[in-house]
Amino acid sequence: MAQQGPTSPVPVPNKDASQPVSKPVREGIDLIVNDKRYRHTGEAGMPLLWYLRDVLRLTGAKYGCDQGDCGFCTVIVDGKALAACQTKMEKMSGKRVTTVEGLAGADGKLHPVQQAWIDEDAIMCGFCQPGQIMAAVDLLSHQKNPSDADIDKIGNLCRCGSYGRIRKAIKRAAGAMKDSKA
Amino acid sequence: MSGEVRLSRRRFLRYAAGTAGALVIGIGSAEALDRPTPVALLGDAWSQLGPYLRVAADGRIFIGVRDPDNGEGTSTSLARIIAEEMSADWGRVIVEPLGLGVEQGNGEPRFTYGRQRSGDATSIPAAWADLRQAGALARWLLLQAAARRLGVPADQLRGENGMAVAADGRKISYADLAAAAAGIDAPATLPPLKQPERYTLIGQPAGDVDATAVVTGSLRYALDDSLGNPVIVVIARCPYPGGTLDTADRDAAKKVKGVYDVVTITPEQGQPAGMAAQAPALAVLAEDTWAALAGRAALNATWKAGDSPEPSSSVLEQKALELFGDDTATPTIVRENGDIAVARKKAARALEATYFQPWVAHATAETPNCVVRLDPDTSVTVIAATQSPRQVYTVVQRMTGFRPDQIDIQVPRGGGGFGRRLEQDYIAEAMAVALAKKDEAIRSRPLKVLWTRDDDLARDYYRPMAVHRLNASLDKSKKIVGWHQRMASPSALVGRSTPDNRLWQSELVADALPAGLVPNFRSDWYPLDSKLARGEWRGSPHVTPTFASESFIDELAHSVKANPLDFRLALLGEPRQLPYSGRGGPIDTARLANVLKLAADKIDWSRWLRSENGLGIACSYVFGAYVAHAIEVAPTADGIDIHRVVCVADVGRAINPLGLEAQLQGATMDALSTALNLAITVKDGKVQQTGFRDYPIATTQPLPYEIETVIVPSTAEPTGASVIGVPSAAPALANAVFRATAVRVRRLPLLREFARLR
Repeated sequence: MAQQGPTSPVPVPNKDASQPVSKPVREGIDLIVNDKRYRHTGEAGMPLLWYLRDVLRLTGAKYGCDQGDCGFCTVIVDGKALAACQTKMEKMSGKRVTTVEGLAGADGKLHPVQQAWIDEDAIMCGFCQPGQIMAAVDLLSHQKNPSDADIDKIGNLCRCGSYGRIRKAIKRAAGAMKDSKA
Repeated sequence: MSGEVRLSRRRFLRYAAGTAGALVIGIGSAEALDRPTPVALLGDAWSQLGPYLRVAADGRIFIGVRDPDNGEGTSTSLARIIAEEMSADWGRVIVEPLGLGVEQGNGEPRFTYGRQRSGDATSIPAAWADLRQAGALARWLLLQAAARRLGVPADQLRGENGMAVAADGRKISYADLAAAAAGIDAPATLPPLKQPERYTLIGQPAGDVDATAVVTGSLRYALDDSLGNPVIVVIARCPYPGGTLDTADRDAAKKVKGVYDVVTITPEQGQPAGMAAQAPALAVLAEDTWAALAGRAALNATWKAGDSPEPSSSVLEQKALELFGDDTATPTIVRENGDIAVARKKAARALEATYFQPWVAHATAETPNCVVRLDPDTSVTVIAATQSPRQVYTVVQRMTGFRPDQIDIQVPRGGGGFGRRLEQDYIAEAMAVALAKKDEAIRSRPLKVLWTRDDDLARDYYRPMAVHRLNASLDKSKKIVGWHQRMASPSALVGRSTPDNRLWQSELVADALPAGLVPNFRSDWYPLDSKLARGEWRGSPHVTPTFASESFIDELAHSVKANPLDFRLALLGEPRQLPYSGRGGPIDTARLANVLKLAADKIDWSRWLRSENGLGIACSYVFGAYVAHAIEVAPTADGIDIHRVVCVADVGRAINPLGLEAQLQGATMDALSTALNLAITVKDGKVQQTGFRDYPIATTQPLPYEIETVIVPSTAEPTGASVIGVPSAAPALANAVFRATAVRVRRLPLLREFARLR
């Protein structure tokens, strides 16, 4: 199996992730990723994207441009969608991160946005889709009934051009999330 | 518990019992049949059995897909072809991408899966020719086994949704029959294929088989793979084609925390284009990507442009115009019928137009990358998204000297291809780093090479820039009687062992319409010199010539005050077959007329004359598929707005209409995005674009809200789907823009030129 490199994650065992993160008592940056606690002991200037991908091996967030333009690396930090490539670890202390790997329920039940993506067959090559999905989850968390203009504002790039189906999937998910609350 | 049936002169089907009562079926080459591996020894080694099919005793059916899927949907469509023939329960099918199949042959490698290439929409037509037989053999064996069990003749049984069903209604599941089926004697000849009217999967919509893995983030693209604890590699490449390294501070790079080493890459000389690293480079090897990027920045490498730096596109365009005007220039005559000069003399009207199209890049979503684990003494594993696994093998074998059994090439789903992954430069480069990696601390670790987006745009195999000049002669009855097209471009085939008189083949299609429709016709191609690397790009050689010819036909229609739809239908004339030397021929003019008419109906072409919005139409014949686009454009205060886009395709039998629709929509979006905004430009000897800000692939704006697709029902042989929606989209757009604004755009990207002209 994988050997652990010097910046490998240091999980903090036996702590309930729902508790607030206490101030780090040792060198490192403590954060919660998909309800698990981690301490980053590597470079503070490392972008969250490479921490997720290289250190935690959570590869759902993709590399696309390193300039915050494409949206492939979109994750949700404290309830807000961010480009992980533009978010440095030094700003992550005490933050709660959700990646696409953390969307489904503990029972494996897919998030309504994920299910909508499957139902609309919105993936083509699929590479941009984790970022698209996280952006859609973010949109639907503060806009229950998004208009086309709201959706277009997301601005994530899909190189295959699946925009029509992505739009339909977001609307389908919005409907499903309303129904589940009704 | 095994058997073989010859499929063709050089290929055969083989089946055997797997462990735990499974039936395993594969396709192999005839060379392998002549010197077979003892089948009994195969056991569960499915990978030795071609595009495999494994019917497990627990009811699951594993289908291996040989062609790489970079978003074309072949994981789904190829598996559906096999599942249909065997009447499998699709819900129990598990699709697995096959890595490269290669074994030691008689002095040469033997590729056990035959062709393994995705490009030019070839996967489905090839699968149609052989993969169906694997499914049919499975069904035949299973029904034979069921016949023995039930005591009825096999011809009174049918396969249905994973069951063998008897006339009296008795059923046995394939799972229960798998072990017995493996013991049935081989049929003397290939079992018959299913009658198409009994299809239950082919022609029905199916979602992508990888959808759940994609939306949960669990699907591992090559970039997500690591083979353990990889060293991360980021590379500083010379940005000048033909240039060299000037200065670099290796020590500063090595001082960056987490950087292990800096390795020099010198491209191998004398290799065909696309089969070796592109550029002199310095590779930074580090603990993680962030350290590697920091190390590359610390290198502060500077580069020299070398002799005769790459000229800007405007210089190449000027050269093209000089060639067109030079009577002593000797183009390659690609096709000639009748006498265009005589036609011109007799013509009632003559028209000329020149079209300029820029370099464009692939900009695949997943940038080039490669994971390599090399033990210089024993073996190598390469994980890479590729459209051509066999060429990956050629490069890896050349650079290691290994035997086939020492080389493992894994091909996960790729994040877009569009032709970029037909090239092997990123494989050769990663191999060069792996071979040069000597630092003791990292010697045994795999490595992963990442191209950043600026790397990707700076060192692509670009679609060549092109200049087209078209001349037409019309007679008094507004009929085109003469057509002369001249194209100048740097051929993508230079450096690929193609003779000079064939270099045009990557640039245009000899028999593309209106060839065959105009009595006096000539098509000339002029080579331009460039040092930029060139390659295939999503439907090239159809793309730039179709923009020119379909724009020009529209110009001709307007010049004689004809409705462009009627003008095209008149040009196509009576239904007939036109000879076509390219792939997919002959051209059935009735099918092309049909897609034109359907596109016109869908967009309500009757508004063409009086609508304030502009309607444009164009069509193309691409690798056996018939495609038309109709587009509605509204003029706005600051430009144009694309209101509606219709795409109609006749691909013969549609294997998976849902996947086909996605391919048509995606290709149309890409073609429009490219035509509207995209150009790679050269300044001071190097490519200027560095990211999505200066190579602005469109997101939702200014693209249309949706692409309305119409798929023509057909029982003709299936063609591919993945690129066919590209060629006719841009000319339909330009034609609509002209109708809406009276501005004829003859230079792409369109929005920039439109702003200049209006």
